[in-house]
Amino acid sequence: MWPQQFDYQRADSVESALAAIGDNGKFIAGGHSLLPAMKLRLSTPDQLVDISRIDALRGITNGNGNLSIGGAATHAEIAASAAVGAACPALAQACGMVGDQAVRNFGTLGGNIAHADPASDPPTALVACGATIHIQGVDGSRSVSAQDFFVDLFETDLQDGELITSISLPDCSDCQCAYVKLPHPASRYAIVGVAVCLKMDGDTCAQADVAVGGATVKAVKCAGAAAALVGSSLDDAALSAAAAALSDDIGDWLTGDVAYPEAYRSAMAGVFLKRAISAASG
Amino acid sequence: MSTRIFGSGIKRREDPRLITGEARYTDDIKLQGALHMAVVRSPYAHARIVSIDSSAAAGLPGVRAIFTGSDIDLAGLPTAWLIPDSDLKTPEHPALASDVVRYVGDGVAIVLADSRYQAQDAADAVMVDYEELPVVVDPHEAAQAGAPQLHADVEGNIAFRWVMGDREAADAVFAAADVVVSERILQQRLLPTAMEPRAASAQYNAATGELTLWCTSQNPHIHRFIVSAVTGLPENKVRVIAPEVGGGFGSKIPCYPDEALVSWAAMKLGVPIRWAETRSENYLTTIHGRDHVQFVDMAASNDGKILGVRATVYAGMGAYLSTAAPGIPTILHGLLYVGPYTIDNVFCESIGVMTNATPTDAYRGAGRPEATFLLERMMDKVAGALDMDPVALRRQNLIPPFADGYEVATTLIYDSGDYEAAFDKALAMAGYDDFRAQQAQALQEGRYLGIGVTAYTEMCGLGPSQVAGAVGFQGGLWESATVRVTPTGKVQALIGASPHGQGSETTLAQIISSELGFPVDDIEVIHGDTTETPMGWGTYGSRTTPVTGAALAQASRKLKEKARVLAAHLMEANPDDIEYADGSFSVKGSPDQAQSIQDVTLMAHLAWNMPEGMDPGFEESQFYDPPNFVYPFGTHIAIVEVDPVTGSIDLQRYIAVDDCGPQINPEIVAGQIHGGVVQGVAQALCEGVIYDDNGQLLTGTMLDYCMPKADMFPNFELGETVTPSPHHPVGVKGVGETGTIASTPTVYNAVLDALSPLGVAQIDMPLTAAKVWQAIQNANGGN
Repeated sequence: MWPQQFDYQRADSVESALAAIGDNGKFIAGGHSLLPAMKLRLSTPDQLVDISRIDALRGITNGNGNLSIGGAATHAEIAASAAVGAACPALAQACGMVGDQAVRNFGTLGGNIAHADPASDPPTALVACGATIHIQGVDGSRSVSAQDFFVDLFETDLQDGELITSISLPDCSDCQCAYVKLPHPASRYAIVGVAVCLKMDGDTCAQADVAVGGATVKAVKCAGAAAALVGSSLDDAALSAAAAALSDDIGDWLTGDVAYPEAYRSAMAGVFLKRAISAASG
Repeated sequence: MSTRIFGSGIKRREDPRLITGEARYTDDIKLQGALHMAVVRSPYAHARIVSIDSSAAAGLPGVRAIFTGSDIDLAGLPTAWLIPDSDLKTPEHPALASDVVRYVGDGVAIVLADSRYQAQDAADAVMVDYEELPVVVDPHEAAQAGAPQLHADVEGNIAFRWVMGDREAADAVFAAADVVVSERILQQRLLPTAMEPRAASAQYNAATGELTLWCTSQNPHIHRFIVSAVTGLPENKVRVIAPEVGGGFGSKIPCYPDEALVSWAAMKLGVPIRWAETRSENYLTTIHGRDHVQFVDMAASNDGKILGVRATVYAGMGAYLSTAAPGIPTILHGLLYVGPYTIDNVFCESIGVMTNATPTDAYRGAGRPEATFLLERMMDKVAGALDMDPVALRRQNLIPPFADGYEVATTLIYDSGDYEAAFDKALAMAGYDDFRAQQAQALQEGRYLGIGVTAYTEMCGLGPSQVAGAVGFQGGLWESATVRVTPTGKVQALIGASPHGQGSETTLAQIISSELGFPVDDIEVIHGDTTETPMGWGTYGSRTTPVTGAALAQASRKLKEKARVLAAHLMEANPDDIEYADGSFSVKGSPDQAQSIQDVTLMAHLAWNMPEGMDPGFEESQFYDPPNFVYPFGTHIAIVEVDPVTGSIDLQRYIAVDDCGPQINPEIVAGQIHGGVVQGVAQALCEGVIYDDNGQLLTGTMLDYCMPKADMFPNFELGETVTPSPHHPVGVKGVGETGTIASTPTVYNAVLDALSPLGVAQIDMPLTAAKVWQAIQNANGGN
């Protein structure tokens, strides 16, 4: 609970932040992932560059069928955003389930995904909803899909010195999407979290995207489960088939611990897939 | 006795300073020129210390000194509950380990530096070379032949073997009984998790030879006693101050190495030393609670008469015997095996086992929850075996009402009880019979509802000092108090006990006010400083209201008698003609002539006109040694629904009917019950320490260790019955631990009741969703 010594400076632009970060610096926005790690001395940066007041990283816009969320937008802002609620309710729901209100008031989406805690909620929704992560470094900017951004346990595609500037999602106003989770009773992180995004053609599911987190070392896109839903009327047989396919989808990425073993999490992924579809359809 | 203040739910006077952050805790006390201490702690659960290299650490900025175990000339920390007839071994517990570390968190060195950050930097830089040794953390495994051995002088890791009852007689009853049910019950380890972690600061005056120690203590006078013994300073040169203390639940009873180390370092270096643990350190090094592996049998006749209880308990002591540890799974446990029932045959063998884990000691309820759980669990199992309603079974075996003493098979003499009245009231509040119909209906719909009903009594208000001596407690259990009234009629009540969140400053003021007639807001209760307050043994075991409260009532009565005689003298009346009402003394038949308690107080201080032989001043002290324990009782009922798909448990209703005698402040009583129930339910549903096979604490933070949260609970439905204690001056019984004692089996039994249609008969606590789900899978093959 006593971090090592570090320097702190506040940046007023993305460019100045990138210039200041140095070899062993860390960007800090809300600090709700970074500071606990520093207090436990699991993370020992020699300086923090505060990006929370950079206007270019704030704000949520929706234009041309594209929802754009600043990297330093807080979970609370996203959860309360009418634009997010309309375009991608699953993400609003996921951000509304992060920590508690005080955490959501400080914690940011960019910081959350950079940390890539496998049990955090937003990554699962971002992967299901086809988000794109926009990244800037001193050598320029690039974009990567959420699915490719999350690489492994606490591991992302983000390189040293790079900054997440924004996260964009296709406007999915004509979709039905939802995020549900089974929270860990201690931390309220997801033991399993499932996001679904469905496009219905009458009673038939025309398109489906499914992602799972919590039970897995990273947010995993579940193509098999999605395929089992497409073309169905989301009847019991299709849901059971999707749940069965889901356990194959996540099999390589499954994780567990003494309290909540892999077998339990795998079974709950199927249960919460059904609950997510029910929530999306409801 | 005035009825207006006694029994009034006035607001806790402690709360404004606690809520606004104005309270001063140990770590709020800044000492000029103080160094900060950090403790280098073992990362291994069992290892030999090969070497310690602190040279690099010593050169870091701000570092003033580094000491290892071989530098420290402190006596070992004593064990202060030496239970008799148990072949007790008390292994050496040095303040710092110098040859072998025995749990993760065992201290091996201390760093003193200008700031807490620098101290931590240096602690991280102390290089300790360890040679790992084999580890055992489960108390039952540690007691088996071939287990890793912790202490050379504790053969087989068995620190004590305490036996209550006659084994052969009990075995004969069980052999002849119609029905015997058996279960292995795991009382998992729990983390006490007081809001304020432990802290200690020390200052030594070399000129006077006086040491002042500020620390998070439930019993500063006991801390003074032990710190004196460990440092070698005479007791009159040690002042222990417990400032505001943010909860304890038993974890701030023991004297810990850290308190001895700050004292030693302050004396050695001649500057003040401060230390405060982090929450991670708190979870590693502050005592844990429970940790029993119990093998329990209950015998009954076919018509539902409970014939006997028999248990073998392996009680995990952890790496060292903490201050009161041996008394918890023995005296405070086995003696409760009768509960509120007419059980004639009881047998307990409790084996204290050393393990490579944090030491255990008293945690809210301390031995009594572990007894109540096994009784209540086995009652439900007997009901199942006999196909009887568990409520009918309990009712049939309840001890009939008694007002003044009832001796039970464990030799305790319960003070008073009317168990069936509380039982009936709780069942009526719950609507038990209707619930059974709803439960059957719900099952038709595929919903799994369950109910748990616990009847309990417990022993608290610790306790008669003669009994303390007989059971090896190395202290008395009386309390003392002084009621001091200033000339203007303001009251300072000085007590030896040391409340730390219970609301005692309010409750005790209400006792004084009701006895003596001063307005409650004119009464201040002062505690927590060995120099300012009279001797007392501390706040634990639901004893402060029963024991300190009695001392204050009696001191107040002495003052009232003095006031009556002085008032008569001032009014030139015969003392026998003086009437008292609401703080005013008047002469019978002449109501116009009156002296208020404030008038009399002033005249006692002025001493211008005293009766012959009466001393001036208005102050009285009282020592109170209770003639018996007090035995609160009651019935708790829980209703749950289990989601068989996920294993999640929804606690839908919680009914608690408790009888603690007359309630001095019903709001504070309710608060104690709420808090106790929450802690006890958390043991049933979510709290539990997990160590891996290497003795690493996997539940080392609140991310993994599940503290109860408000949204886990319904609104509690509280009721009470009032059965005064016959031996207590105001009839009250303790209520600080009843919630934890009653609630764990209540919720556990409710969940197992819900799961019984699925064929689930046993799950180790805590009943996490994953364990419930797995038990359902195991019982029905996943169908």
